[in-house]
Amino acid sequence: MNGVPMAAYLLLGLVLFTIGVVGVVIRRSPIVIFMCIELMLNAVNLTTLAFARYLPQFVAGRERGHTAVAGEMIVIFIMAVAAAEVAVGLGIIMAIFRLRDSTDIDQMNVLRG
Amino acid sequence: MNPNLFAFSVVAILSVLSALGVVFFKNAVRSALSLVATFALLSVLYLTLDAQLLAWTQLVVYAGAIMVLFLFVIMVLNLSKQPALIERRDPKLMLATLLGFGFAGIIGVQVVTPLLPPSEIVKDPVLAPNGFGQPQAIGMALFTDYGYPFEAISVLLLVGIVGSILLAKRRLR
Repeated sequence: MNGVPMAAYLLLGLVLFTIGVVGVVIRRSPIVIFMCIELMLNAVNLTTLAFARYLPQFVAGRERGHTAVAGEMIVIFIMAVAAAEVAVGLGIIMAIFRLRDSTDIDQMNVLRG
Repeated sequence: MNPNLFAFSVVAILSVLSALGVVFFKNAVRSALSLVATFALLSVLYLTLDAQLLAWTQLVVYAGAIMVLFLFVIMVLNLSKQPALIERRDPKLMLATLLGFGFAGIIGVQVVTPLLPPSEIVKDPVLAPNGFGQPQAIGMALFTDYGYPFEAISVLLLVGIVGSILLAKRRLR
């Protein structure tokens, strides 16, 4: 967007990522921890997209279009990996909950079922 | 301050507030709903970055599919035991907040400071790259140059489907 410097997008991505990190550390429910991981992935997506959008006209002597598409591909693949990760992770949480009847992350310190 | 920067600031502040809501709401359902708001605001930001296709993908995949999955799991867990989703405060909070500020400070000094306006490293281009964010360009790239990653992702999603069905089955062996 005209008039918005790239640093603004990077700063927002940094703030969102930090909020996600703090959330992973302080929360005890695994579902909320998962949400914070999603927040971190989205912050990275925003950063990648900002870098792709604000590329200079020529990158290493080539027209920038090719490199800009690479940035968007990274975002698409991160979204796909996040979808797979959420499906498997929530399945694991359900399995643990069924086994132990509690979802406090501090009590999940044994790997035996 | 130009109007674009003002609009960006409004959306950015709202998204930071809703992200803080994800972390600091005690109830998991409220966290999930404010995460939906964050994703929607981020898709607005993708639109401001001229990435139209990715903005709609963000809405459909994250705010739609992934958050529905989250809410389903919260609902299932909620049915069996109420207080498991509402937790008590503990003293890690101060320490973690301090560590988070330190982390943001380190990365900010290294990455963001060199790019702040007086610097000449990145001059903001007026126009987006050719075809940026258009479905045609992304589709062409996805099925030509990025064919192998695309296939790898499809295998990964298949494994994810099989794995989640296996984990969600009644008897875990």
